[in-house]
Amino acid sequence: MKARIKVMLKNGVLDPQGKAIEGALGTLGFPNVASVRQGKYFEVEIAESDPAKARAAIDEMSKKLLANTVIENYAIELDEK
Amino acid sequence: MKSAVIVFPGSNRERDMLNALEKITGQKPVAVWHAETELPKVDLVVLPGGFSYGDYLRTGAIAARAQIMADVKKKADAGVHVMGVCNGFQMLCEAGLLPGILMRNNHLKFVCRQVKLEVANAKTAFTNKYKQGEVWRCPVAHGDGNYFTDADTLARLEGDNRVVFRYAEGTNPNGSLNDIAGIMSERGNVMGLMPHPENEIEALNGGTEGRALFESLLEAVA
Repeated sequence: MKARIKVMLKNGVLDPQGKAIEGALGTLGFPNVASVRQGKYFEVEIAESDPAKARAAIDEMSKKLLANTVIENYAIELDEK
Repeated sequence: MKSAVIVFPGSNRERDMLNALEKITGQKPVAVWHAETELPKVDLVVLPGGFSYGDYLRTGAIAARAQIMADVKKKADAGVHVMGVCNGFQMLCEAGLLPGILMRNNHLKFVCRQVKLEVANAKTAFTNKYKQGEVWRCPVAHGDGNYFTDADTLARLEGDNRVVFRYAEGTNPNGSLNDIAGIMSERGNVMGLMPHPENEIEALNGGTEGRALFESLLEAVA
């Protein structure tokens, strides 16, 4: 089973990298870019057939390592194939 | 004072730290590889600077989950002094031994220069040889030193005098909240700081104002 985990900075946490990218897009001639936030994306293959168990394990992994919940939120998507 | 310095893949300041500890404490510190499971009996454990695991995922994140860290936590809980410098500070935060996180410098550039540090609390195991409010010179070298935490935790840190060092006015090199350069745990035995006191101990290198930090530990632990 495959899980996709998206990790984004929480609202209100300064994202200087997103800001720099936003500036670069402006320079490239995209004047209508209102804001850019940068995050992380993970794909985890998990040897588990029970979706509930897989989700619980991925949730634990996200909390313990993939995201730092002081500054980041995460969202899990499970691909049940 | 017996001390140990933990070495991770990508650490690069462990030699400077070992040298500083030996010169100032008079006892040869032990270097401990991160894959070990148990620390020797010591009074001080140091997590050195560097770029452990190439800063993958987040700075200090992988090192904070290394095998030896379980024993570091155990020792910290038992009251042993633990100090993290630069990457070591990032590890202490990622390991949950200190609150908050070190984020990318607000200007996105690596900074490598001398800063002025103000002693925000001189009544700690790490600062008792400094005067309250004393300003001393110390080098920084980091890309992720921008201390951040939620408003409640910040208020608690300030209220409990757990901010140990601040960048003196006008010298904040990274955008950290309240000019924070170093903080300590509730119990006061775990301290992390971004600057490198181990590189400010010899006149040959420009100054000796970092020695007092190690001498403070000697005083507190002996």
